[in-house]
Amino acid sequence: MRTVHPMAWWGWAIGLAISASLTTNPALLGLLAAVIAIVVAAHHTNTVWGRSFKLYVWLGVLVIVMRVIFHLLIGLKYGDITLFWLPTVALPAWAAGIQIGGTVYLEGLLNAVLLGLRLAVLILAVGAANALANPKRLLRAFPRALHEIGTAVVVAISVAPQLAESVQRVMRARQLRGDAARGLKVLPKVAIPVLQDTLDRSLMLASAMESRGYGGHHGVARPRWVAVLTLGGLLLTAWGLFGLLNPEQATWWTGSGVLVAGVLASVIGLVGGGKSVRVSTYRPDRWGPIDALIVGCAVVTAVAMMWTRASDPASLTQPLQPLGWPEVGLPVLLGILVAAVPAAIPPAPKAKAP
Amino acid sequence: MSHAVEFERVSVAYGEDDAVLRDVTFSIDQGELALVVGRTGSGKSTLLGAINGVVPHFTGGRLEGRVTVSGLDTATHRPRELATVVGVVGQDPLAGFVTDTVEEELAYGMEQLGLPGDTMRRRVEEILDVLGIADLRDRPLRELSGGQQQRVAIGSVLTPHPSVLVLDEPTSALDPTGAEEVLATITRLVHDLGVTVIVAEHRIERVLQYADQVIHLDQGRVTVGSPAEVMVDSTVAPPVIELGRAFGWQPLPLNVRDAKRQARGLHLDARPASSPPNGDVALRATNLSVRYGALTAVDSVDLELQRGSVTALMGRNGSGKSSLLWALQGSGPRSRGAVTVDGLDPHDLPVAQRRGLVGLVPQTPGDLLYLPTVAQECTVSDTEAGVAPGTTRSLLDTLVPGVSDDSHPRDLSEGQRLALVLAIQLATSPQVLLLDEPTRGLDYTAKAALVRQLKRLTTTAVLLSTHDVEFVALVADRVAIMAQGEIVESGPTREVVVSSPAYAPQVAKILGHGYLSLAEATGD
Repeated sequence: MRTVHPMAWWGWAIGLAISASLTTNPALLGLLAAVIAIVVAAHHTNTVWGRSFKLYVWLGVLVIVMRVIFHLLIGLKYGDITLFWLPTVALPAWAAGIQIGGTVYLEGLLNAVLLGLRLAVLILAVGAANALANPKRLLRAFPRALHEIGTAVVVAISVAPQLAESVQRVMRARQLRGDAARGLKVLPKVAIPVLQDTLDRSLMLASAMESRGYGGHHGVARPRWVAVLTLGGLLLTAWGLFGLLNPEQATWWTGSGVLVAGVLASVIGLVGGGKSVRVSTYRPDRWGPIDALIVGCAVVTAVAMMWTRASDPASLTQPLQPLGWPEVGLPVLLGILVAAVPAAIPPAPKAKAP
Repeated sequence: MSHAVEFERVSVAYGEDDAVLRDVTFSIDQGELALVVGRTGSGKSTLLGAINGVVPHFTGGRLEGRVTVSGLDTATHRPRELATVVGVVGQDPLAGFVTDTVEEELAYGMEQLGLPGDTMRRRVEEILDVLGIADLRDRPLRELSGGQQQRVAIGSVLTPHPSVLVLDEPTSALDPTGAEEVLATITRLVHDLGVTVIVAEHRIERVLQYADQVIHLDQGRVTVGSPAEVMVDSTVAPPVIELGRAFGWQPLPLNVRDAKRQARGLHLDARPASSPPNGDVALRATNLSVRYGALTAVDSVDLELQRGSVTALMGRNGSGKSSLLWALQGSGPRSRGAVTVDGLDPHDLPVAQRRGLVGLVPQTPGDLLYLPTVAQECTVSDTEAGVAPGTTRSLLDTLVPGVSDDSHPRDLSEGQRLALVLAIQLATSPQVLLLDEPTRGLDYTAKAALVRQLKRLTTTAVLLSTHDVEFVALVADRVAIMAQGEIVESGPTREVVVSSPAYAPQVAKILGHGYLSLAEATGD
């Protein structure tokens, strides 16, 4: 049994995030959240990032709570069913649209909760990708041209706990000199030993990396056209995205055509840049049928959502005026359930087969 | 046949300072184990760095002369180009790790060289077996023991198949078991794989018996020869050599077994079991426990420290020594039990009063220093301790004379820096002094100085944790041995260490009759 490619989990999560962004239907959002939770429960590992999913759940809850608080304080309240009153503050005419306090109606409050829930599910999807895909393995799957950035990130991830440790150690040592001071006064007393320690360690690490051949690939110069192609491609991509997001102003020279050309140019640039980097990857993750299946499941979900949006847009929203029960269409329901299929893939064994 | 490493009239100087290496010429043959010895600051690290060109390519400085490794001149080859020829492991293996699991770390160097995937895979498996760390392959590097980390670090520079391996103090920070693991690995590499190994080590007694050649450094000048030749008048010498010199043994024995054979001719009287000084009790700990979550670091320890006596706390890495020291001082966590010093519990006192009762010198003494000059550190220490100005400075002068007021604490030698922190902690004249691994990075001279300093504290109870059995033999009146958070044995030093296989000092092993040090045997 092999481990799942980290890109596959990100693809899956992006598919679900797109699906969630298309709906405010609480039944569908709840279902998406459940699917994400089930898959994470089946596949997460007992590592720092694996345990981080809980944090994202709390972040999601916080987002909903904040959304509700903002609605109560300054949101525009509307609806027919009155819940309770809050004291109001009269605002000048130019601040129309902001209403501090006032009567709170069920419909408006429900809408705030659902908008918060939609954002929370998006956050859950990102959190799931983070919990399922080892960020370091993800960096290894990046194109070789980004090798230096990858190394910097990996070093930063490894050094962070050491820094925390040395801060803790020095703080503790302060007490030995009878110094119980807190706040800004302690800063130089802690910062100076910690910085010296960090600097020493960085020099040792740099020297070790040099001795182990890091940077040996610099002997080959990177051709000029690589930089031009990569940068130009990125600019074209941005221009194309801009066109796509403003469909009213789209012409042939903005929009999808430019976007495709831009992406192509960047990819060629990255591949060309990678050629001059003479490093290799130890046991790289390979893209396999299971990875395709995982991404495919999320694509099915997203397609089902988009199809429903075209054919029956009302079923994707919560009816508010008049208030009613949300509907759930069969294609959308099935589409979301398909995204839970990766939960059935047997989880990777702890040690890879020898 | 060309030499594996060759130095021809090499001198190294940094900036305007005096040369660190002066006119150094020597060569090391393929498959030899060379040991580099010398006092702290004698240029050992510079010499090791020059082998793969880190000196001067990375550190700066000026190198004259010629250094060649396997025929390649370091003047024209950068360290990164020599990665396939020389493997270098620094003093702190953890500081040199780039990735975070064992397997990735072993592969890192090969990735940088762009070796094909199947070659990398094969070599990682080979090295895992050669070093006996196959069961650690998926483990995070930070969770390994010191000995395991050191072996992984060695493995990670071996995967590009260098013919020369350079190790800077590979066993200094390790407990006796960890040191054994690493030494076994090193000798295996030399004997089975024919790797040329160059080792610098303070704990010469651990490595000397395996060395083919000794490179002795004294103020930048080298003497090179067989161990027995060079050790005759070396500036640093382990107890076995000191003993051989004192009794004029020929040839000079390098290990305990040879020395024992020579010692047969001696007629020594059995040493009377002298009892350690019996001062009044300065610190009493009862039923002391420290827990971190589910882990019990210190388990119901009872301990008494007498005024004017030195107690050594020994035991494996992770047996709870540091946790016990911090709990006794009162600044560390404590789950249960009581500590009494002078009728008071330091844990209940404000930090400033706490150190008036119990002083602690932590494992990295530099953590306590943050000012740019020694003079400023001393002044601030006087204010903090609430004593007359000049107290700390005069304490420092009795401990190590001649530390300049203007020097930066970071520029002091390990021994001087330790003495500065010791002076700061003694400024409040505490009743109890605790030291956590004070001998790290100290050479024999600095250790002897520390022994004298501690012996002078006749009204203080001293407790120090250490792995260094030779140091314990010189300094300690009593020994307590910890395992799994409990004190499993304690008593007068002679009774505890002489019969122990792990904690007996070299002199005790050679002479028997309960002798602990050369001074005792020669009657000085």
